[in-house]
Amino acid sequence: MQEQPLLDVKELKTHFHTERGRMTAVDGISFQVNVGEIVGVVGESGCGKSVTSQSILRLLDEKNTAAYEGEILFKGTNLLKLSDSEMRNIRGNDIAMIFQDPLSSLNPVYTIGYQIAETILLHQDVSKKEAYARAVEMLRITGIPAPEKRVNEFPHQLSGGMQQRVMIAIALSCLPQLLIADEPTTALDVTIQAQIIELIEELNRKHGMGVLFITHDLGVVAELCTRVVVMYLGQIVEEATVEDLFTQPLHPYTKGLMKSIPHLDGDKSEKLHVIKGMVPTLNNVPKGCRFAPRCLYADELCLEKAPDLTEYRKGQKVRCWHAERIVLEEEGQYA
Amino acid sequence: MKAIESNKELSNIKYELKKEQRQLFRKRLFSNKLMVTGGVTIIFLTLVAFIGPLLMPYNPYEMVVQNRLQAPSMQHPLGTDEFGRDLLSRIVFGAKVTLGVGFSVAAITSFMGLIIGLYASYYKILDHILMRVCDGLMSIPGILLAIALMSSLGPKTLNVVIALSIVFTPYVARVIRSKAIVIREQTYVEAIKVQGASTFRVIWLHIMPNTISPLVVAATFIFADAIITEAALSFLGAGIPAPDPSWGNILYDGKLVIFSAWWMTVFPGIMIILSVLGLNLLGDGLRDLLDPHTNYAKK
Repeated sequence: MQEQPLLDVKELKTHFHTERGRMTAVDGISFQVNVGEIVGVVGESGCGKSVTSQSILRLLDEKNTAAYEGEILFKGTNLLKLSDSEMRNIRGNDIAMIFQDPLSSLNPVYTIGYQIAETILLHQDVSKKEAYARAVEMLRITGIPAPEKRVNEFPHQLSGGMQQRVMIAIALSCLPQLLIADEPTTALDVTIQAQIIELIEELNRKHGMGVLFITHDLGVVAELCTRVVVMYLGQIVEEATVEDLFTQPLHPYTKGLMKSIPHLDGDKSEKLHVIKGMVPTLNNVPKGCRFAPRCLYADELCLEKAPDLTEYRKGQKVRCWHAERIVLEEEGQYA
Repeated sequence: MKAIESNKELSNIKYELKKEQRQLFRKRLFSNKLMVTGGVTIIFLTLVAFIGPLLMPYNPYEMVVQNRLQAPSMQHPLGTDEFGRDLLSRIVFGAKVTLGVGFSVAAITSFMGLIIGLYASYYKILDHILMRVCDGLMSIPGILLAIALMSSLGPKTLNVVIALSIVFTPYVARVIRSKAIVIREQTYVEAIKVQGASTFRVIWLHIMPNTISPLVVAATFIFADAIITEAALSFLGAGIPAPDPSWGNILYDGKLVIFSAWWMTVFPGIMIILSVLGLNLLGDGLRDLLDPHTNYAKK
């Protein structure tokens, strides 16, 4: 029998109450993160990636703007049923999160040492001195040179890469079992990106930490993740292992994403592939398949009736009526 | 051994860096001549208020009727009032009352404004209630509200402080709220929530320190406004009650004899102008120093 997954999201729906009525930003998504696994969540802007991650930690304002449906099981407990204080215990301690922009994720008025120690003090019964010692240790682990000196510096005194390392140090200071990384490399330049990705990979290997890696960078996904969830307009359109996804994407949207990656050895005079159109707004969701208006394969069935997420083959699920046709066509091309 | 040495070296470098930063800060501080002028004025007036009373040869309450309304002379450098009290002594003692009221009002409004502003920024329902109350208070002209409050509370120095604090708290609350709303949406507030911080910690340890610079600036201006309003109240007879000297009620006394005893109007007037001007210059300078973002091009 398979082990219980670390994180098991079941039919999660996140609604927002807005002036124009109720918007469903995340519409019934289900996925799992197992212990020691790195799962990538991919999609273009506005497809609900970040809302998904915020929903898992219940960061959205439930009193005024947001409502959740479904289940988020973390090691068997439903996070959506926990009280505020129980949720606070989980945050930072069991599930940690790192954000896109490291500078704005650090409070400018405190030293980085204080900010790392604060999280430790929040969750563990240690003295201030021990917490600071741990903070120095965390900085060392994340690869910051001269951590005993850096620990008393303010965020603005550090470079972007170092700030992101500090964020990771804060996130990992209580050794969480799950790390949610919300586009952690988007604001960094490529060399730093590589270092940060390596760091996350190393920590994942050493501590068996599960990682939910949210990004729109398929290159990073290919390098880092074991499984990938592709999202479009609040729904999962394809879920597969990295190998399957990159050798044979089934959903036209995934195919489009793949085609729009520039290749170093490719023909540079050729224009990059573009997925036509824009992501529709949430109050304007298409009736049938959500991707149909932009899809090259769409026919009447697509416009009329929304497909379900079905298992096409073992470990690869797709939400498309024409997966079969797409595969055949591709094989035909290569034959 | 080597590690210890390099550590020492590092701490030396850090010390040097800190020293340099402090020097830079000092340079920035002193480059703003107007602010320095304002600061020196305020320090001078504070010294007058605290040390001055010890140096005065006359009791500010002692009436010597045969000396009434004397022009400035060697004996009475600023002249005497209509009861023959030494005007210099009264102005010096009045400094303590006036600046004391101003400072207390600034301190109390800062504290109340901080609480109201921070919680209003964080809870939507509270925001609606508190801000509408503030709007209501702000819609009445400050001086009228102060007079109304004073007439219901009764003329007492403490009541002046209470009335002025009620008048000025909404202004501070507004400033704090607007800044706190910006801070609340920063990623680092979300980040600290992700680390499992309680609401109290988020508000007081992470949002509050970021609102200090506008608070300091607002408090300085409130200090100046409170001095003017207190003077106005006393001038209208609704402020500091009679025998106690305050710059405002000296002016009030001088009003009756303005044509025969100009010194009773001019000298307390100068003091009020000096303190308010000083505080405003200081406030302006502090805003430029603490909040470089609002630094509209001056040069």
